[in-house]
Amino acid sequence: MTDATPPSAGRPAAPRGLSRRGLLGLAGAGIAGLGLGVAGDRTVIAATGGAGTAAGYPFYARHQAGIVTPAQDRLHFASFDLSPGTSRADLIALLRDWTVAAAAMTAGRDVGEFGAVDGPYDAPPEDTGEALGLEPAGLTITFGFGPTLFEATDGTDRFGLASQRPADLVDLPHFPGDMLEEGQGGGDLCIQACANDPQVAVHAVRNLSRIAFGKAAIRWSQLGFGRTSSTSTSQATPRNLFGFKDGTANIKAEEPAAVDEQVWVQSGDGPAWLAGGSYLVTRRIRMTIETWDRTILREQEAIIGRSKGEGAPLSGGSEFTEPDFDKAGPDDAPLIDKAAHVRLAHPSRNEGRRMLRRGYNFVDGNDELGRLDAGLFFISFQRSPEQFSAVQLSLARNDAMNEYTRHVGSALFAVPPGARDGAYIGQALFA
Amino acid sequence: MRSRLALPAFVCSAVLLALTGCVANESGPDATHATLTVDSSASECAVSAAEAPAGTVRFRVTNSGDKVTEFYLLGHDGLRIVGEAENIGPGLSRDLVVELEPGKYFTACKPGMTGDGVGKAPFTVTESGAAGEVDAALAARIETANSGYAGYVRDEVAELATGTDAFAAAYVAGDEALARSLYAPTRAHWERVETIAESFGDLDPKLDLREADLEEGQEWTGWHAIEKDLWPAEAEAGYQAYGADKRAHLAKLLVADTQTLKGKVADLSFTLSQQTNGAIGLLEEVASGKVTGEEEFWSHTDLWDFQANVDGAKVLYAGVRDILLDKDRKLARQLDTEFAALQALLDEHRVGDGFAAYTELSAADIRALADQVNALGEPLNRLTAALVIS
Repeated sequence: MTDATPPSAGRPAAPRGLSRRGLLGLAGAGIAGLGLGVAGDRTVIAATGGAGTAAGYPFYARHQAGIVTPAQDRLHFASFDLSPGTSRADLIALLRDWTVAAAAMTAGRDVGEFGAVDGPYDAPPEDTGEALGLEPAGLTITFGFGPTLFEATDGTDRFGLASQRPADLVDLPHFPGDMLEEGQGGGDLCIQACANDPQVAVHAVRNLSRIAFGKAAIRWSQLGFGRTSSTSTSQATPRNLFGFKDGTANIKAEEPAAVDEQVWVQSGDGPAWLAGGSYLVTRRIRMTIETWDRTILREQEAIIGRSKGEGAPLSGGSEFTEPDFDKAGPDDAPLIDKAAHVRLAHPSRNEGRRMLRRGYNFVDGNDELGRLDAGLFFISFQRSPEQFSAVQLSLARNDAMNEYTRHVGSALFAVPPGARDGAYIGQALFA
Repeated sequence: MRSRLALPAFVCSAVLLALTGCVANESGPDATHATLTVDSSASECAVSAAEAPAGTVRFRVTNSGDKVTEFYLLGHDGLRIVGEAENIGPGLSRDLVVELEPGKYFTACKPGMTGDGVGKAPFTVTESGAAGEVDAALAARIETANSGYAGYVRDEVAELATGTDAFAAAYVAGDEALARSLYAPTRAHWERVETIAESFGDLDPKLDLREADLEEGQEWTGWHAIEKDLWPAEAEAGYQAYGADKRAHLAKLLVADTQTLKGKVADLSFTLSQQTNGAIGLLEEVASGKVTGEEEFWSHTDLWDFQANVDGAKVLYAGVRDILLDKDRKLARQLDTEFAALQALLDEHRVGDGFAAYTELSAADIRALADQVNALGEPLNRLTAALVIS
């Protein structure tokens, strides 16, 4: 997005006029910004119109895309650790290379000067090629910096960044019930690639990982199918694997004041380099769906606090009716249970704290008992990690849903603001 | 062992490289170059322009005929081959990228890949201030590298043959402890030149097949068949140690096949691209078989093989490094750094004259080695194109 307010709900900023193949052979000449206005004899395919699945979002913008951007259907998220011996200059070179590649891929172009098939015949192709012929598919690539980038777990300041570390960028606290698995959280750097075509999202992470070889390697990664939140009023509310609508009360792009207050780090909040950025929390939440599925509907709805079909709060109305937590039934018990998820997570019960949720469903095969390894890959963006921690602490203590969930992965990243054309992502951090 | 795709002979020979000073990946993202199209039909060889500015020129050759075709860029005498794109099937396109000095040239196509060709036409390269460099000394340096590597291969295979004799004798004599101690150091000579040995398609499976690679009914011979017999602790239940006859049979074949290999490498010589692709191939062996612990399934001496593959790749790289310094200094520096980093990691696992068993490595050790193989592999795989343009 070029600004906190998207150009129009659910519509990409500009449809791509060029196919992935359209720029082959240009060798970088005239490729700038959106890649529009390129001269030459290469094929230029007519604009596909505003169809959300076909078009893309500009990479160079005030804020990074992939936050208030209407949530795409697919996710490939990867966390990286920088390799031993990597220098500050190497890190900057990596961010520079990643920026150039991300700008190309989000515009639907191949990575590299020659791309997937037009390079020297005796060299490996620069681009891996599986996105040839595919549209940008709304691809966004969002980069983040983990706490260990600023100070390694042994306390060393590998990149001379310790003085630039935001006070808020510390490991999330241990929450009651956390069952975090070794190697499933944390990381020096992260990439969130979202697209409406899974192959486009995977292509992005694959090529960025390849560019990083020798400087950084994947620590953990996660594929997600099926967004579990809406980030725009133009989108229908999707369902999580419990079968319930999720993210009804999410911060939406159409609430610019809330986005500024709750999502973007403001100047004065901390180090200047992060102003216009955000904090990204990920939680890999395993759901014991087999147990959930044999829970009676009455209990399922009581746990969530909403009806399963419409998604209306149990206090009445329809999906977007504000829940009335005081409204009681004939037995004087509140219609929305004291331990219901919607009550505990609601801003009114959390001193106004909100976050922009952008999670995805996942199913990664099955465990040794034949149960699906399924759940929610929770992603939220907020101005301060404290917004997440306060709400999560309340949920971890009391949420009736905890019986069916298990938090196995956790990470926090500072998401720098967007890069202007010609700059690289996070450049202000290295000024 | 892993069979590799047999690549056709490389387009740009050492001589061509010397004559054209051609280079590949030097141009950065901001570089521009002329792109021309060539339509090779049954009777025509239509180039989109009859001239181009000096510097990097790309010919995109499309075969619109119904026979496999070739495109040639010839020198001013109409004979000397400056660059060629070959084996272009009907309907396919292929690029020829060359760095050209100002002067007179000819273009021509050869549908059917025989005869005099069609559509021979003059082609002019005009002054642009970006003339390609021609290094007359290159040919001599390439020849030095070629002969140096040929000598290395002969030496390694000779040592392999000598070591194999001793290993086989110990094995047949029932001195298993001695045979086990000779196994990995002898195989190192094989692994250093593994890509050459593998290029003899019939010898490689006889000498280096793993049990998992066997086809139904295929006789298992070579190093790994003996390896299992020497380290039977992890063999399947019911495994029977080989009898004296089988041991003698396997040992005799091992010695004989190694002698055959020795004879085959006696007169080998190598083009520049065969050398660079050899280095690339050796590191791929590391990435696919050694770092995973699959190669030495019974003895777990994978790190010996790992080091030997890297040794061979380093020798190949050292042979062409001077040339690379002229062509792409940045790539040379990167390869220097990554080779050194990989060696430093391997050195951490040295025990005496050899290495720790693969099974003694921690998951973190293996991950670090794998990451560094990736770190070296990405730049190394650009080596051929950086030196040899097609």
